[in-house]
Amino acid sequence: MKKVIRIGAGSAWWGDRIEPAALNAEKGRLDYLCFETMAEATISAAQVRARRDPTFPGYDTYLDERMKAVLPACMRHGTRIVSNQGWINPDGAAGRIACWLRTLGHRGVKVASVNGGLITDRVLELTETIMETGAPTATLAPSLISAEVYLGAEPIVEALRAGAQIVVTGRVADPSLFAAPMMHEFGWDALDHRRLGQGNGIGHLMECGAQVTGGYFSDPGFKDVPEPWNFGFPIAEVEADGSATLSKVEGTGGAVNLMTVKEQLLYEVHDPANYITPDVVIDFTTVRLEEVGPDRVRVTGISGKPRTPTLKVSISCAEGFIGEDMFFYAGPGALRRAKLAKRILEERFKIVGLQAEEVRIDFLGLNAIHGAATPADAPEPYEIAVRVAARTRTREEAVKVGREVDGMAVSGIAHTGKRVPHQDRTREVIGVWSSLVPRERIEPRVAYLES
Amino acid sequence: MRVKLQHVAHARSGDKGNTANIAVIAYAPELYPCLKEQLTAERLKAFYKGAITGTVERYAIDRLAALNFVAHGALGGGVSRSLCLDNYGKALSAAILGFELDVPDRLKTFLKGMT
Repeated sequence: MKKVIRIGAGSAWWGDRIEPAALNAEKGRLDYLCFETMAEATISAAQVRARRDPTFPGYDTYLDERMKAVLPACMRHGTRIVSNQGWINPDGAAGRIACWLRTLGHRGVKVASVNGGLITDRVLELTETIMETGAPTATLAPSLISAEVYLGAEPIVEALRAGAQIVVTGRVADPSLFAAPMMHEFGWDALDHRRLGQGNGIGHLMECGAQVTGGYFSDPGFKDVPEPWNFGFPIAEVEADGSATLSKVEGTGGAVNLMTVKEQLLYEVHDPANYITPDVVIDFTTVRLEEVGPDRVRVTGISGKPRTPTLKVSISCAEGFIGEDMFFYAGPGALRRAKLAKRILEERFKIVGLQAEEVRIDFLGLNAIHGAATPADAPEPYEIAVRVAARTRTREEAVKVGREVDGMAVSGIAHTGKRVPHQDRTREVIGVWSSLVPRERIEPRVAYLES
Repeated sequence: MRVKLQHVAHARSGDKGNTANIAVIAYAPELYPCLKEQLTAERLKAFYKGAITGTVERYAIDRLAALNFVAHGALGGGVSRSLCLDNYGKALSAAILGFELDVPDRLKTFLKGMT
């Protein structure tokens, strides 16, 4: 058993930068490189796209770029890869990775794919209640697009034990991607909630990548970090009990300090004593943080409680459309003109009979981001964008938003700045609901192939 | 002295469904008691006015000198349904930095960004 393993982050979401992943692979001296590439609606968006576009392979659209960037160094250093880039087609992603391995001259490398989380065809029989509303999940039947279970670390551990060098999954809880290598290397039992609490806690700190190394953090004059254009992704040096030191490759920008770690520790957390993952219920309130060197924070003492008997299910539904557009005012009186423009749009929407569930007209520059929380005494800006959005049942209704903004060009008011529409101003709404499924009703499956 | 929260604490928000969490972390343990006493769940909800439509819960993590607020109904129905430009509510945590609170003069040295 190794005394310390080094686990690096390769991405925190689909659109994340690729060069820090390559740097981690090259200079991180990693045992494992883990990629997290999904948001809540990733699976459903992939399902919708796959229906329309038969050429869409159903995995991370940046799979090629990411693998080309890290595979040579990972193969050279013996770094194993755990990734959720499989989206709705982990087998396809594994095949593609094997293809890249052969191209790079690496034959006989074992690649595993983890399936079993997609339960669209039986979600209504396996689940009962929508967590957010309390209504029966059966009410979602007419609009159902996709349903997936958040799997835990166990199938990844199974693949690693079977000798897979690369493991690619569909939906897996983000911390589990990082906890799996720890469970494998240190032989933790899947019911050892103390170690799994600490290990998944470290996974939680790692899964948003640069958010723990200085990203989503800088605030000039209050919280400054060096070279905020050159972040390194985090590396966890993990010991056999899960205690870990967080760091990053030397020479990168950003920072790993008590402030960045505290912010990320609570990111997307509700009750910090009961953070539910498929593997364990994490208790962050017992954590100990210590700065042990430049850009080095030691994290110990995170505890865990036994895992729940259920797994979370995300259920995606077609819920209509959003139409949106914006136009601009500047100079003295920008706000008074924006206010009249808002009134004109409200009247126009009545005239054209816009059927909307919700309409929102903001003044970007004044109140578009914080809305009702904008202070009453906020200063009047020099420039304002009037931004209008409406949520509708049909695309025909959503189109009316852009068409009425078009009308503001020659039938609007003085000094109206407007773009010629250069993109579709409507988009589909895929609503995401949550439910629970008994753990024993879900059977993850691991498949293997060799390059 | 009366100061804005931005001098006392830093903050980060995250999303889950239609619920946002807003973590508020004291810049120094010495400042945490003021924060804990004055920034209650009720006051945070009132500060955000209509931007938070549901209830707000507060969790104190004394070990981190931090408060975690869970704001239900803060994301316009959820990330994909929201009509807000910032549909993930990533900028939501910045608003609370304008909350004003009283800090004893003797703690002035712990405040950030006072020029």
